[in-house]
Amino acid sequence: MATNKNSNGFRRNDGNNADANGKDLKVVGKPFRKVDARAKCTGQTKFADDIVLPRMLYAKLLRSHEPHAIIKSIDTSKAEALPGVLAVITGKDLPIPYGILPVSQDEHPLCVDRVRFIGDPVAAVAAIDEDTAFEAMNLIEVEYEKLQTITSIEEAVLIDEPRIHDYGEGGNVHKSVHLEFGDLDEGFAQADLVREDVFFYEGNTHLPMEQHAAVAHYDSDDKLTLWTSTQTPHYVHRALAKTLGMRAAHIRVIATPNGGGFGGKSDPFNHEIVVCELSRRTRRPVKVTLTREEVFYCHRGRHPVLMKIKTGVKKDGAITAMDFESFLDGGAYGSYGVASTFYTGALQTVTYDVPRYRFKGLRAFTNKPPCGPKRGHGTPQPRFGLEVQLDKLAEELKLDPAEMRLKHLAPPNSVTANYLRIGSMGLGKCIEKVVKGSDWKNKHRKLPFGKGVGLACSSYICGAGLPIYWNNMPHSGVQLALDRQGGVRIQCGSIDIGQGSDSILAYIVAEVLGIDPFDIRVLTADTDLTPVDLGSYSSRVTLMTGNAALQAAERARELLSIAVAEKLCTPVENLSFADRRVFDVENPETGVTFAEAVVLAESKFGTIGTVGSYTPPRSPGKFKGAGVGPSPAYSYSAAIAEVDVDAETGFVTVERVWIGHDIGRSINPMLVMGQVEGGVYMGLGEALMEEMIYRANRNAVHKFPSMLEYKSPTTLEMCDVLTYLVEDADPNGPFGAKEVGQGPLLPVMPAVANAVYDAVGVRVDEVPITPEKVLAALRAKARGKEARFGPTGVPAVEWPDALKVLTPAEGGDGKEMPRVAVHS
Amino acid sequence: MRLPKFSYLVPQTVREAVKMMGDAGPAGQFVAGGTDLYPNMKRRQQTPETVISVGRLKELREIAGDGATGLRIGAGVSLTDIVEHPVIRRDYPAVAQAARTISTPILRNMGTIGGNLLLDTRCNYYDQNYEWRKGINFCLKKDGDVCWVAPGSEKCWAVQSSDLVPLMVATGAQVRLVSTVNERMVTAKGLYNDDGIQYLHKRPEELLTEIHLPPVNGWRAVYKKLRRRGAFDFPVLGVAAAINVGADGAVREARVILGGIAPAPLEVKEAAAALVGAPLDDERIAQAAEACYMKARPLDNTDHLMNYRKRMARPFVLRALEELRRSL
Repeated sequence: MATNKNSNGFRRNDGNNADANGKDLKVVGKPFRKVDARAKCTGQTKFADDIVLPRMLYAKLLRSHEPHAIIKSIDTSKAEALPGVLAVITGKDLPIPYGILPVSQDEHPLCVDRVRFIGDPVAAVAAIDEDTAFEAMNLIEVEYEKLQTITSIEEAVLIDEPRIHDYGEGGNVHKSVHLEFGDLDEGFAQADLVREDVFFYEGNTHLPMEQHAAVAHYDSDDKLTLWTSTQTPHYVHRALAKTLGMRAAHIRVIATPNGGGFGGKSDPFNHEIVVCELSRRTRRPVKVTLTREEVFYCHRGRHPVLMKIKTGVKKDGAITAMDFESFLDGGAYGSYGVASTFYTGALQTVTYDVPRYRFKGLRAFTNKPPCGPKRGHGTPQPRFGLEVQLDKLAEELKLDPAEMRLKHLAPPNSVTANYLRIGSMGLGKCIEKVVKGSDWKNKHRKLPFGKGVGLACSSYICGAGLPIYWNNMPHSGVQLALDRQGGVRIQCGSIDIGQGSDSILAYIVAEVLGIDPFDIRVLTADTDLTPVDLGSYSSRVTLMTGNAALQAAERARELLSIAVAEKLCTPVENLSFADRRVFDVENPETGVTFAEAVVLAESKFGTIGTVGSYTPPRSPGKFKGAGVGPSPAYSYSAAIAEVDVDAETGFVTVERVWIGHDIGRSINPMLVMGQVEGGVYMGLGEALMEEMIYRANRNAVHKFPSMLEYKSPTTLEMCDVLTYLVEDADPNGPFGAKEVGQGPLLPVMPAVANAVYDAVGVRVDEVPITPEKVLAALRAKARGKEARFGPTGVPAVEWPDALKVLTPAEGGDGKEMPRVAVHS
Repeated sequence: MRLPKFSYLVPQTVREAVKMMGDAGPAGQFVAGGTDLYPNMKRRQQTPETVISVGRLKELREIAGDGATGLRIGAGVSLTDIVEHPVIRRDYPAVAQAARTISTPILRNMGTIGGNLLLDTRCNYYDQNYEWRKGINFCLKKDGDVCWVAPGSEKCWAVQSSDLVPLMVATGAQVRLVSTVNERMVTAKGLYNDDGIQYLHKRPEELLTEIHLPPVNGWRAVYKKLRRRGAFDFPVLGVAAAINVGADGAVREARVILGGIAPAPLEVKEAAAALVGAPLDDERIAQAAEACYMKARPLDNTDHLMNYRKRMARPFVLRALEELRRSL
């Protein structure tokens, strides 16, 4: 059995484990277990579906089997008459639209007059048990009037009528953007070599082990509680208040531990609103647990993206200009799609120096489950294209792809052409680690036919610089309560989706207060009890909640220090917090226990509670569209994949991945490595097999909404992984920490594609890289055609006029240049 | 998804089991491990009202004999026991090898050899839940009247998807079928019918009780399987090849069976003919592989593109026969 040989894979960049002031760290940087590990491992964790309340009802949603149709009529009478059915609702019962982004309020809890994809819900029932609900659901009669179905990007840009939505850019184009930073013509004129390539990245889905589930209880005080498997309880809270027409203060959302999220539980969902309404009507608790098939319909996964990239380089590989076009197949609703569109054009500039840059992006509506954010949100697709194109450029320039990248890294502490502020930048070290670890120099272009290595790099944000709805409040808040018996409680709105965010809070507070992380009770993701954190998305949690926790803990320490210093008659600055004690560093036996310190502080100041919060720094970009991409810090990754390609069957086996990740600092290196490996694993699935595909000639029905036929690797398909953590503390991260939840996925797909080329000399310019595509490319090569499989072009569309911004190097101020009307 | 309501009967003997089935009539269904039936019932692909459990019948869990005498395997023997049984591993290694490629260890612990031989045919228009199938207005195999794989077809094209079936045909196995009125032995080859709905020449009331593997007598066999994930996928092309080589090194008899591409296992006689009469050499192996390629006509109803599955017949047969040659 293939296993991850990581026992000795962990390589620290330096042996040093001290904070910025040189103080030894006791908790941060140590491989503590997660605070919720034992409950998870022993089955004690209560997920949403484990919740059972007295008199609870079960809900089912009737979903459309038409991909695009007008609802002519819905007859619920038979369902209502079925014994055991307590409520049946349809779209007219919940008419207020919602959506995660303020600019895309295009969803209804139940479709009102039109269905837009197979799986769109049209009615819901609550019954005494699931069997009755299921039976009742099938008694509901819906009459549809079919509309033409839009199944692809190409169709969407060609077919203006019928429109799937009556908002957007016109026709079935949801969003189109055009940004230009610097003089592209000048850039391409300076280039020694210009390449234009077209790539396609197929859509795929999150596939969390836990299906979405929710339990609502509308109680006798007209207060509503919703337990739900969500990554964004705060946004769900807002959506419930809006769609139910209730005061937010009367609604409590408790996010239950997520059995995997990966971005798939980041939207407010129709089933969450529906169970609330069913509970309001029946005054009984109502539960819904989606089937696996329904999870495929919720989707919000990776957008299929068609890309055209034109890049100019000097002989030494220095990029002179890049022109990037992306076309996103958005599916039936907006979801995060506007942000996804911008993300396909945002982070190209933060890895290598790109002095001039243009981005054109278009998102189309189609009659398929809506796409949204999946691990890497909008950035794996462009990263795939960019990194494969760089591999082609390096070959044409006769340069080593690793050397070429190393030579032209974006500098640390700089602002990119599109106004992203880079802080710490450890990509060079990541590349050096994997090049050395993999013996790249002796393998690349040197292995026998069928064996190959490929390199790719990437970067990801550590939290979105802006919230989803416009406001000036913190992105994350922490409340800390200290008990006179020595207990510490952390309250934070963040939700642990398995990444370890609850543990991070405990580690950071334990470090500051000198106690054991397991002395701390972490209370999270309950809108009644915890201050707002925006949610587990955009790799924001460690950095933002970490900074908020750090501030709250430092404030608590200050109170304790004053009280203890007074008692011990020592200067405050002499006090140290460690081993559950507060003591004089010059005289370590003089001190008090942590609990005594709390007693002293409580005696002096009253009940001890502190708060901390975090707001990201402002971005230097001021132009329209500058909101997507800025982040307090960027993580970096470099990966080398070694593959075996069976030229007779086309099967690609990834044998090993070496991956270097610039984490800034590991709060817990074991959890960091777990995330790196998880990213590699998910990346392998995207690289080799996963695809959300639909039968265009059969009603755009999802081809195989099941865990058996939607092919995703198992542990047996997993390769060996060697992980190198590069720790170059970032000034904006708590203890210097940056993200790891999403970034390490990004280099995997292009590294595999580049390795396949190294192995058998053919380019597969799309993912997944299936055996069929490898064989097709090999056959093309054998016939003397281009040794490639991939898309050949992009649709011709009319782009809006470019919004032009002078780059920082050109003396720009981050604002858009005034549009000059040209008259001829 | 939840199971529909049904009666569950637990007979103590084979005789009682077939009696219960006689009483239940067409709404009855035998179950052993349940790894195929129960998921299908949850999706309403199969809708028996009476389920008769034969998985724990002692009579069906015995293995007797060896390669010299032939082997009798009870239909209720778990696939894990097939994989691990010392006599099977020694005398019929290809059977253990093929069984080992079935699904996952956990499912092999539950699944039985009998159940595997009777596995429902598969199709990705059919192996879907009720709502999905309703969305395409169902299909010929269940609740509908069109075969979406070949809309003009009167026949169902669901695919024979057991790994053991092609191998049983290649090794010349027989099975015993028992009902209240009679008992009969049927060759594995004769058990299967090239129709995705009526895929067995077995009456519903007949219970498959045991499998007879013939004495080895110089036969050696091998099984190769195409699937996307080695961890647990069904075959979308299976190649079972068996040869009997004489003292002079010449192939005396050969059978090459393709599974996973049609409603029934497909015997490629042209491939066997290419092999018989001379030692296995590259040219004959290539001829056999070519014959299989010509005969393989999969349709678009499983994982992998159908043209790819057809194309793979060549290298998979080639590799199967090369492995047999190496074993000589």
